[in-house]
Amino acid sequence: MKALSAIYTIWYRNVLKYFRMKSRIIGSLGMPFFFLVIIGFGLNSTIAIPGMQVDYVEFIAPGIIAMSILFSSMFSGVQLVIDKQVGFLKETLVAPVSRLHLMIGQALGGATTALMQGILVLVISLFIGVNLPSISGILIALLFMFLIGLSFTSVGIAFASRMEDTHGFQLIVNFVLFPVFFLSGALFPLDRIPGWLSFLTYIDPLTYGVEGIRYGMLGVSQIAPVLSFAALGGFLIAMLLLGSLLFNKIKI
Amino acid sequence: MELIKVEQLIKRFDDLVAVDRVNFAIEEGEIFGFLGPNGAGKTTTLSILSTLLKPTSGKAWVNGYDVETQKSQVRQSIGVVFQDPTLDEELTARENMDIHGRLYGMKHRREKIDALLNLVELDNRKNQLVKQFSGGMKRRLEIARGLLHEPRILFLDEPTLGLDPQTRNHLWDYIRELNQKKGVTIILTTHYMDEAEKLSDRVAIIDHGRIIALDTPGALKEQLGGSMIRIESHESGKVSEKLSGLQWLSNLNAHNGYVDVTLQNAEKRIAEVIKALNDVPVESVSLQIPTLEDVFLSYTGRTIRDQEASARDRIRQRRKAARR
Repeated sequence: MKALSAIYTIWYRNVLKYFRMKSRIIGSLGMPFFFLVIIGFGLNSTIAIPGMQVDYVEFIAPGIIAMSILFSSMFSGVQLVIDKQVGFLKETLVAPVSRLHLMIGQALGGATTALMQGILVLVISLFIGVNLPSISGILIALLFMFLIGLSFTSVGIAFASRMEDTHGFQLIVNFVLFPVFFLSGALFPLDRIPGWLSFLTYIDPLTYGVEGIRYGMLGVSQIAPVLSFAALGGFLIAMLLLGSLLFNKIKI
Repeated sequence: MELIKVEQLIKRFDDLVAVDRVNFAIEEGEIFGFLGPNGAGKTTTLSILSTLLKPTSGKAWVNGYDVETQKSQVRQSIGVVFQDPTLDEELTARENMDIHGRLYGMKHRREKIDALLNLVELDNRKNQLVKQFSGGMKRRLEIARGLLHEPRILFLDEPTLGLDPQTRNHLWDYIRELNQKKGVTIILTTHYMDEAEKLSDRVAIIDHGRIIALDTPGALKEQLGGSMIRIESHESGKVSEKLSGLQWLSNLNAHNGYVDVTLQNAEKRIAEVIKALNDVPVESVSLQIPTLEDVFLSYTGRTIRDQEASARDRIRQRRKAARR
């Protein structure tokens, strides 16, 4: 009971702050929107996806949803550095709650706000020509979206636990977020690419997230949804463990 | 009843001993002050008592609970106001209080939050974002928040650091009021003499990690053996020499161009002291009623300000070492 209330408190703070920052919500919709509209429509008539009866816009929509969740969740996790800097982290660490519960609350909070961000992109994609999926399709997509959010918030928390200031943000964006996004098969199909690239896409955890959302939204995917679920689930557990381990080691 | 008991506490960081074999006990209802320069080990002691740091050795109990094995009970018994602010500035005063109440598992928060914000005179600003608050308001909010879960003990780490004199006086009033009306036992650290003297029932003077004196401010000052005459001179050596023959001086101490002599009935003997100086050039002579600064000086041979400079160096070295 006490554990639940601690987890809920930290989750609640994250969600409360998310809704307060209207400009940030709108701001972070910018990039996914331009990707969808410009890249999607720009290449729509040039590119046909072999073996799938879908337009290019439809093909990349799940990838762009995954992208917005990836960025949003990673940043929620890394926000912990700011809590460290402004001192708020101390206030939570001196409270009679365990660090594991604080970490879980933070991860769930980040995943929830990232999911909301992803849902907004999903809605945008419906307006620009993606067909409305079935109810079960939407639920499958939401499940994968949440898993991506929870995994990468944990990754962000793991990074933040080792960081002293915000100087590392740019490094994470360029050397973690962009490679993870571009290698994920969000923008191109997984077959017909050189072997070395194919290898990298298959070890990128986001690939399985994108494929899962794609299955939910379009009903087709290149990786079987069960396999995607298993791979992403495994990654999630590993990252939750890593995040809690490093969070537990924070010294103040 | 002893609310806090510390036995042979030691905290080592690499080769720096931050807390060195410290022993003390704090009674319920006391305002207990730790006085000493920055880097003397006050904050480290407080961090151990609030379960954020593990002691290297020794034992400490807070409200009867062991700080190493009963962390959760200790945390529930204490409220902590840290030296640096720990508020979420993007939330309102109310929301900061509310999150605290939730973290401590409180059910009926609303009325208590209102009452406490009222106590620290922030009730008309409770829905304002904390980032719009002044330094003094933030401190008051932190004190109110620290009291929300009704702890028996409140830790205040340098509560008035960086605040203007008026705000400091105001805060001192709050702290006294809390102690008297709510019966909260208060442990504060400070490097301000006046703060320790005006607020504390008992003061522990701490330097280089060790408690060098512990008593009521009055008793500490009495130990000095009366008031002090301070003589400023370029030739302080000669001054000391001339005065050292006087039988009725209880203490003589020369430091950076000053000679301090302590004696009973100083105001009556000031003429005799000046006469004894004969033709030694003297810039000024002043009579000083003793303060805790003088107590610190008599124990360490240095003023707190001197100590701060060297303590800063030590802290800098420690940071460097920690980064490696």
